[in-house]
Amino acid sequence: MGRHTRKLISGVILMALAGAGAAWWLTKPRAWDAAHWEGLGEPDLANGEQVFWAGGCASCHAAPGAPDDQRLVLAGGRALKSPFGTFHAPNISPDETAGIGDWTLAEFGNAITRGVGKDGEHLYPSFPYGSYARLTAKDVNDLWGYLQTLPKSANVAPPHDLSFPYNIRLALGGWKLLFLTDEPRVAVNNADAKLARGQYLVEGLGHCGECHTPRNTLGGFEPGMWLAGAPNPEGQGRIPDITPASKSIGSWSASDIASYLETGFTPDFDTVGGLMVEVQKNMARLPPSDREAIAAYLKALPAR
Amino acid sequence: MKMRVLVLAAVIAGVGVTAVTAAGEPQAVRQQLMKKVGEAAGALNGIAKGQKPYDAEIVKASLSTISETVKIFPNHFPPGSETGMETEASPKIWQNMEDFKAKAAKLGGDAEKILAELPADQAGVGAALGILGKDCASCHESYRLKND
Repeated sequence: MGRHTRKLISGVILMALAGAGAAWWLTKPRAWDAAHWEGLGEPDLANGEQVFWAGGCASCHAAPGAPDDQRLVLAGGRALKSPFGTFHAPNISPDETAGIGDWTLAEFGNAITRGVGKDGEHLYPSFPYGSYARLTAKDVNDLWGYLQTLPKSANVAPPHDLSFPYNIRLALGGWKLLFLTDEPRVAVNNADAKLARGQYLVEGLGHCGECHTPRNTLGGFEPGMWLAGAPNPEGQGRIPDITPASKSIGSWSASDIASYLETGFTPDFDTVGGLMVEVQKNMARLPPSDREAIAAYLKALPAR
Repeated sequence: MKMRVLVLAAVIAGVGVTAVTAAGEPQAVRQQLMKKVGEAAGALNGIAKGQKPYDAEIVKASLSTISETVKIFPNHFPPGSETGMETEASPKIWQNMEDFKAKAAKLGGDAEKILAELPADQAGVGAALGILGKDCASCHESYRLKND
């Protein structure tokens, strides 16, 4: 082997290492600086409960088919079907071994807003941290306080059942690099407190876009299609468009939307159905001003 | 021009024929039945929200419509009617027919019970509607699909 060849080979190896290093650095899990979770004080449990319902935690983390009085036992186990495989929601009850009872606020906060697990690993975006990224540190602190007041469960939920290559957690760093953002999804008039609240609830806590926005093959949102409707991840049918162009709700007034979220009845007395039944039950627990804010925001969206 | 008129006439005639045959199909029948239930729920809602004055006769009629309609509703899902005519019926209905029927029976039973006690005022109608609405949603949760 000549001197030049050897030099060339070591050059290539060096470049490959540098590339791998850059890729590692670009895609490594990124928690918040510790200071982000400090000085938040005692949690406001009443607000924590509102955050809990607005965030829909029980819809995935209560046992599937749990009766109404068991919905606060966050035992996990719900299966979420997707083109990448089946995700299983984990136990997030305060149980120290089966649940997240031994986590700190910072660990919980980094999981919910940055998709970083207790051991610093990437979490799958089936846990909608891509939406929760918008949560204020105060809301996270209040929610964390509230979760600790809930019953413990020793249930161990099954692990995710994903096909190759989606079962490689490291690759999620690439997904985050491409798609994880806490920027607004659309521009609305933020000077209007009601619209700003609606935006926080729809784009953040309520994570409406996770089902109502279509995704590309890598699982990122299609640009310019915010809340424009998408295939039903569970198979047949569609998750409807909820922008003003919607065939289902485009003709509804803001108060029709707020009333639907409260009672489950559409203006022509059909009712809520499918996966939205769970969501509507949660929305019914919010103060009326929050449902009105959601309605105002939806009416202010660009029609798609 | 004449050709276009002819084509248009043919299309309109065709649509008319389809509509006539469609009316008797199970998909169309059950859509009509659900519409009736919806109208009855709407009448109750008008009273519950105070948009209409309380009227015992309307409450009675609406509750009877709901209980009678859902009694026959599950009879209109024969094999072969799984798709077509913009049906929103989920294939799960045919996989879990017994559960589907039980859910319809639950709504019918609750409507009868409420009818027997007859809500006496606006608040009573509101409470009744809450119970019935939950029954509707619990069936739509599993068995109704949205297509747009």
